[in-house]
Amino acid sequence: MTADEPLTVTDSTLVLGIETSCDETAAALVMGGYDVVASAVSTQIDLHAQFGGVVPEIASRAHLDLLNPMVARVIVEAGITDDRIDAVACTVGPGLIGALLVGVSAAKALALTWDVPFVGINHMEAHLYAAFLEDPTLEFPMVVLLVSGGHTMLIEMQDHGRYRLLGQTIDDAAGEAFDKVARFLGLDYPGGPAIDREAVHGDPEAINFPRSMLHEGLDFSFSGLKTSVMNYVRKHPDVSTADVAASFQAAVVDVLVTKARRAAEQAGARGLVLGGGVAANSLLRERFLSVCTDAGIQGFLPSRAMCTDNAAMIAAVGWHRLRSDGPTALDAGAYPNLRLQFM
Amino acid sequence: MLHLRASSLADTNAIAAALAGLARSGDLIVLAGEMGAGKTAFAKAFGAALGVTEPITSPTFTLVHSYEVGKLTLHHADIYRLSTHNEVADLALAELLEYDGIVLIEWGDVVAGSLGEHLLVQLDPVPDDDDARLVTIGGVGRSWAARWDRVEAALQAFAC
Repeated sequence: MTADEPLTVTDSTLVLGIETSCDETAAALVMGGYDVVASAVSTQIDLHAQFGGVVPEIASRAHLDLLNPMVARVIVEAGITDDRIDAVACTVGPGLIGALLVGVSAAKALALTWDVPFVGINHMEAHLYAAFLEDPTLEFPMVVLLVSGGHTMLIEMQDHGRYRLLGQTIDDAAGEAFDKVARFLGLDYPGGPAIDREAVHGDPEAINFPRSMLHEGLDFSFSGLKTSVMNYVRKHPDVSTADVAASFQAAVVDVLVTKARRAAEQAGARGLVLGGGVAANSLLRERFLSVCTDAGIQGFLPSRAMCTDNAAMIAAVGWHRLRSDGPTALDAGAYPNLRLQFM
Repeated sequence: MLHLRASSLADTNAIAAALAGLARSGDLIVLAGEMGAGKTAFAKAFGAALGVTEPITSPTFTLVHSYEVGKLTLHHADIYRLSTHNEVADLALAELLEYDGIVLIEWGDVVAGSLGEHLLVQLDPVPDDDDARLVTIGGVGRSWAARWDRVEAALQAFAC
């Protein structure tokens, strides 16, 4: 197999996926688009915790240090030699330019060295495919609720490569609201898990925080909720932090599941899938499944590992993109503001 | 320095729109103020006045969002998560300005000393009035000094 002749993409085609768009350095080997042979994610949370967030220069440097070991690790774990790899897929955007370039440069170099095709992947599209890696029987059309620090979106997947944006945040992403409220309340970084833990001890009905745009449409707004939490705490300095965390979390989750259900019903979806880092939130998981049951829609909750950034989803889309569109030219760049292409 | 009072979000939006009307390629506008002060809301109104039609969303996690409007590109940056660590140079804001760009930078006051010419927009909450904001505007450098009369005239209605 060489990069010059067209690759016949089959069930045994093995794609190496590389992901360095934000704070995870990850590599994975996926066969036939669905079978995860090996996957490694090096979480840089420890490095970032002391700075209270992602520091891009540090992220770029860490990606440089960690990427080769991650690639070596999945090759060893898979028990193969590198000549078994048929293609290299890598996130080309959206993300931090310095971080993206580490992965893209490495992926191109590997593709050139091994003389196999390179394929550039949109990170957001990869999130849509994460669920397929755990349940290849998912049927179209389905609606994906993607909730992370940078994004909050409802996307209809009508088929492979055919998407429709149903709704998105008009200001802050849900994960960002979790992070900022956590920081305001003096909780740990990352804020999502910290609020989740704190909320266990609080009363979700203690404070009736606003559910912005709950009754209208499929777009989201979380900026007002964040401000409302801060105003409330300033006016009630003795309020229980656990009650604030629980009430805030309940407000976010209420909006997310209400809109996800509305989107699935409007789109006539067979399935509703949760994705993105916020999908790890325990209340969201619980409410998501109960809403699916109520609405008679098949709900799917990928594992935490598949919801957060990983390279298996990159390799999976790589397989699909190679099959439908072929390789990406090696002079393609990295695209920090890459949008998902909608129909 | 201009000291303004916005009684409502509509007032803040009007101030943002007035400044957008005076802004031009190469301008750097620093948005300062605590979390929840309305920096992103200001950016939304500023961008809308420039003609951005897609939703302007918070760049806190993604760091820089860029919007093309005709020949101009509005870059909306947020260094909230970099504020404890002086690595803003990675965002290459000076380079963005060179190519028909206007840069809005949230939390930029933290590194204002190294930014060169810019307009500072400071948003502060008003105690006991959740919707009102005190807006302080100051120009740094010659290009804003040359436009200062027009800035004052455009924002006269909000002076306090």
